[in-house]
Amino acid sequence: MLSKRIIPCLDVKDGQVVKGVKFKGHEVVGDILTMAKAYSEAGADELVFYEISASVEKRLLDVNWVESIARNIDIPFCVAGGIKSVADAARVLERGADKISINSPAIARPELIKELHDEFGKQCVVVGIDSFFDETTGEYLVYQLTGDPNASSRTRYKTQEWVKRVQDLGAGEIVLNCMNQDGVRNGYDNEQLSKIRELCNIPLIASGGAGSMQDFVDVFKQSKVDGALAASVFHKNVINIGELKQFLTDNQVAARLCK
Amino acid sequence: MIAIINTGCANINSVRFAFERLGQTPTVITSPEQLAGFERAILPGVGHASVAMKRLVDNGWQQAINEYQRPLMGICLGMQLLCESTEEGNVQCLGKIPGQVKALDVGNLTSPHMGWNNLSVNKEHALTKGLTLDEQVYFVHSFAHTVNDATLVSGEYGQTFSAIVAKDNYAGMQFHPERSAKVGARLLQNFVDWQL
Repeated sequence: MLSKRIIPCLDVKDGQVVKGVKFKGHEVVGDILTMAKAYSEAGADELVFYEISASVEKRLLDVNWVESIARNIDIPFCVAGGIKSVADAARVLERGADKISINSPAIARPELIKELHDEFGKQCVVVGIDSFFDETTGEYLVYQLTGDPNASSRTRYKTQEWVKRVQDLGAGEIVLNCMNQDGVRNGYDNEQLSKIRELCNIPLIASGGAGSMQDFVDVFKQSKVDGALAASVFHKNVINIGELKQFLTDNQVAARLCK
Repeated sequence: MIAIINTGCANINSVRFAFERLGQTPTVITSPEQLAGFERAILPGVGHASVAMKRLVDNGWQQAINEYQRPLMGICLGMQLLCESTEEGNVQCLGKIPGQVKALDVGNLTSPHMGWNNLSVNKEHALTKGLTLDEQVYFVHSFAHTVNDATLVSGEYGQTFSAIVAKDNYAGMQFHPERSAKVGARLLQNFVDWQL
């Protein structure tokens, strides 16, 4: 049976892994390669690296660390940060990344999704969506450039319509980051994720809010997502990946147990 | 010495790094004349079958692969290209592995089949040595070889499909052993150790 994927997310800035709360106030948590190796040995199913300052600074991420990750880990990994053309994506994939994830550049120019799909195949193309729940209107809204609180802004899209659009353009996977939950460890936004799941026939990855092992069980059972991404609970050793996999198995969620 | 066939449309680095982690020093080859000089070869592949197959034919790889008599293994799309034909773009393939590649019928499941999944061993073979039922490997695909006599190991996602195939000196793995942690490393080592 296909396992639900547990995906540590490593936000990269100036060559180190950082973590903020609600996308603000980043602190350094460790070295990229050391952390990547530790997570893959601990049983992570996949890793995601976001070079958070790249899009904001209008440049492609530093591809040198991508190759060192590819040499040293033996699980799939996805890379994001300022990829805005087929040529940018080719540079990242050539260094050994398995997938590329795009967010703000896709909002600026949605055809980029189709171009990447046609060149590299659907399986390579992940679209990250930063979605904010507006309590006053009850709407889910897409934000961009969330790597920098000063640059972060609302886009013209509502989350549901953007999800449909990116699938039509050929996205192979969606990472839905529920901004209201980011870094606060109160659980995933199952209300929002369940709504998006109904619209989404490609793999859907939940992001934002993991605080306990039960949160992972809940998101897989309630929202039927394919994977769950988390950062702080893993970086701060709140949750051990091996124990989490066992807990999922004990709660009838399909997980890859590692010996 | 292991050759990694670079037809220009696959990310060959992750396969190269995986063999390097096993202490091998594979050589990436870009010309079909080089193939005969190697003890074994890998045909990687990502992307669209019709594009990849056209490159194999146009650049003379088809003949070189046909004449090759040592272990040659395709990975993912590389495996599909070794089969008789594929529904992806409706193209004739190399025909070294009996059977057809068809679109995976996933039913209500999400597509592509992406992630870690189990294997079941259908036939004992040097390539499947040490493989146990509770281990998982990493898949990313939406087409698959239909189970037949060449199937050594099968997988299941909506339907049963071939995960490892072999015929004579040709073999293929549908999943990505280079990205399948310790299990994948062991399967690549099996390929290194495979004697015809």
